[in-house]
Amino acid sequence: MLIFEHSRPGRRALAQAPHHSEEVSDIPAGMLRDNEPLLPATSEMQVVRHYTRLSQKNFSIDTQFYPLGSCTMKYNPRACNRLAMLPGFLARHPLAPPSMGQGFLGCMYELQEMLKEVTGMPAVSLTPAAGAQGEFTGVAMIRAYHDANGDTERDEILVPDAAHGTNPATAVMCGYKVREIPTDRQGDVDMEALKQAVGPQTAGIMLTNPSTLGVFERKIEEIAALIHEAGGLLYYDGANLNAILGKVRPGDMGFDVIHMNLHKTFSTPHGGGGPGAGPVGVSKRLEPFLPLPIVGFDGDEYYWITEDVRPQSIGRLSAFMGNAGVLMRAYIYARMLGREGMHRVADYATLNANYLMARLAGAGFDVAYTGRRATHEFIVTLKRQHKELGITAMDFAKRLLDYGYHAPTTYFPLLVPECLLIEPTETETREELDGFVEAMIKIQQEAENSPDLLKEAPHTQPVRRLDEVRAAKQLDLTWKPAAG
Amino acid sequence: MSNIPVELKYAKTHEWARMNDDGSVTVGISDSAQDQLGDMVFVEVPEVGQTVDAGEACAVVESVKAASDVYSPVAGEIVEVNDGLADSPETVNQDAYGGGWLFRMKPGSAVDLDAMMDSEAYAGFLEAEDH
Repeated sequence: MLIFEHSRPGRRALAQAPHHSEEVSDIPAGMLRDNEPLLPATSEMQVVRHYTRLSQKNFSIDTQFYPLGSCTMKYNPRACNRLAMLPGFLARHPLAPPSMGQGFLGCMYELQEMLKEVTGMPAVSLTPAAGAQGEFTGVAMIRAYHDANGDTERDEILVPDAAHGTNPATAVMCGYKVREIPTDRQGDVDMEALKQAVGPQTAGIMLTNPSTLGVFERKIEEIAALIHEAGGLLYYDGANLNAILGKVRPGDMGFDVIHMNLHKTFSTPHGGGGPGAGPVGVSKRLEPFLPLPIVGFDGDEYYWITEDVRPQSIGRLSAFMGNAGVLMRAYIYARMLGREGMHRVADYATLNANYLMARLAGAGFDVAYTGRRATHEFIVTLKRQHKELGITAMDFAKRLLDYGYHAPTTYFPLLVPECLLIEPTETETREELDGFVEAMIKIQQEAENSPDLLKEAPHTQPVRRLDEVRAAKQLDLTWKPAAG
Repeated sequence: MSNIPVELKYAKTHEWARMNDDGSVTVGISDSAQDQLGDMVFVEVPEVGQTVDAGEACAVVESVKAASDVYSPVAGEIVEVNDGLADSPETVNQDAYGGGWLFRMKPGSAVDLDAMMDSEAYAGFLEAEDH
């Protein structure tokens, strides 16, 4: 039920009513609206019940294990949120002169420095407002670099098929053609195919390392040498940064540009549509092209680095400097962890994944890349169950909800049939991981003995299984009041 | 085992092609491909009159699981498209080799569908892919 459906004329909730500190009377009559805005009229208690009920329907990391691979649904420490909301940060006006925001600017400067250290990149800009914009920024800089060198014939970006699906889309948005590179049976980039594809038309390669297959790209140095030799640049998709966080660094692997999803790796809850933060780190040769503004420090004061000293910058991505609140949380998160703690995040993220993988393999599940160490995530394929029992990965996923676990990512990556991409994250306990394994074992038994339990799942959730075709085709997004 | 009609030719990217009597070629996706993709949500066909290269992505099939490009098996001009799929993409699931056809094209030069796999070779290809 929508809040609007509780609405009756004349009901009021004073606690939620807007407060007018000042009467505004100088708006020209022609710009004033004639009718009241269509807002729900409800009592305070109705509002409280409505939103409390909604929150109880939410399947979230605050209530349940959420091993959604490639998404890093980890716990975000409350302290990060609380400190980012200190009044000095919250009430700071983005147009306030730098002298009045030295505290905030100092935090941002230090965040830039810490991200340089974690990624091994010599320069960082915090301004991209989300992962997609970070990717766009990265490839736009690759383009600007080639253009500045008069190297305008390069029109192709290489993308391994184990990369994130956003990578080819980004390359196309920046005006490049995409050439896909296949993956070998072990889950590494197919080097022979890569050698065939690299040439004078190569602007760069977009890699996710560890890849979406839940394995580390073992030949990365060889790949970097090959691409650089051809005059191309290497782009690192930071979506899987949680697996390495300073243990190994993209800069040391030979990458020229990386974007980071601070809203997943650095303590902002995500999955709700934002806001996010997708800072980029770059090698020396790309530094002049970084988007602005960047925070500088002259040893005494923090200041904005702007176009006058960075004429080659690809420009600004928004009116201000990205999403300040998300950046503040990331700063506090990094401060609380410190260097050692940061490494421990990667240690436990990979340890938990490998523990879970070993236990599921031991329980009879098929791991997609046997003999490979898992990164912070791994893939189980239910191809056998599909063949023998007619049970799909989606059936397993829906049944897991009944056991109180959010489903892992299903049917991604596309390279593995009937797959579950499982990412436990570093914040789960061993008991929680064991509980998940027990649920998977029970579901396997159900698949063999009472398959309808799976095919009709979920049974215990606020909604039953959705008709996904209808949900995708007949969108119903706008509430309209009943006539009359 | 999925349905693989013997009179059609197949591509590694899972399109099928039928040589028609008038020399035109009809293209769709195989039964195995629709089965892998699952329930179709949208189908985007090329425009009539568009010329395409062999191997060029010229249509998109989107299912509840994924969106996939469809590649033209031969070079030529698109002469007819299956408009009905806009309203009922599920036809691709129900009848991949019949009502679920995607587009018909006039090959640019004397076209040799022999470069594509026959049903037996495609069955073997699916088997090998299913490692």
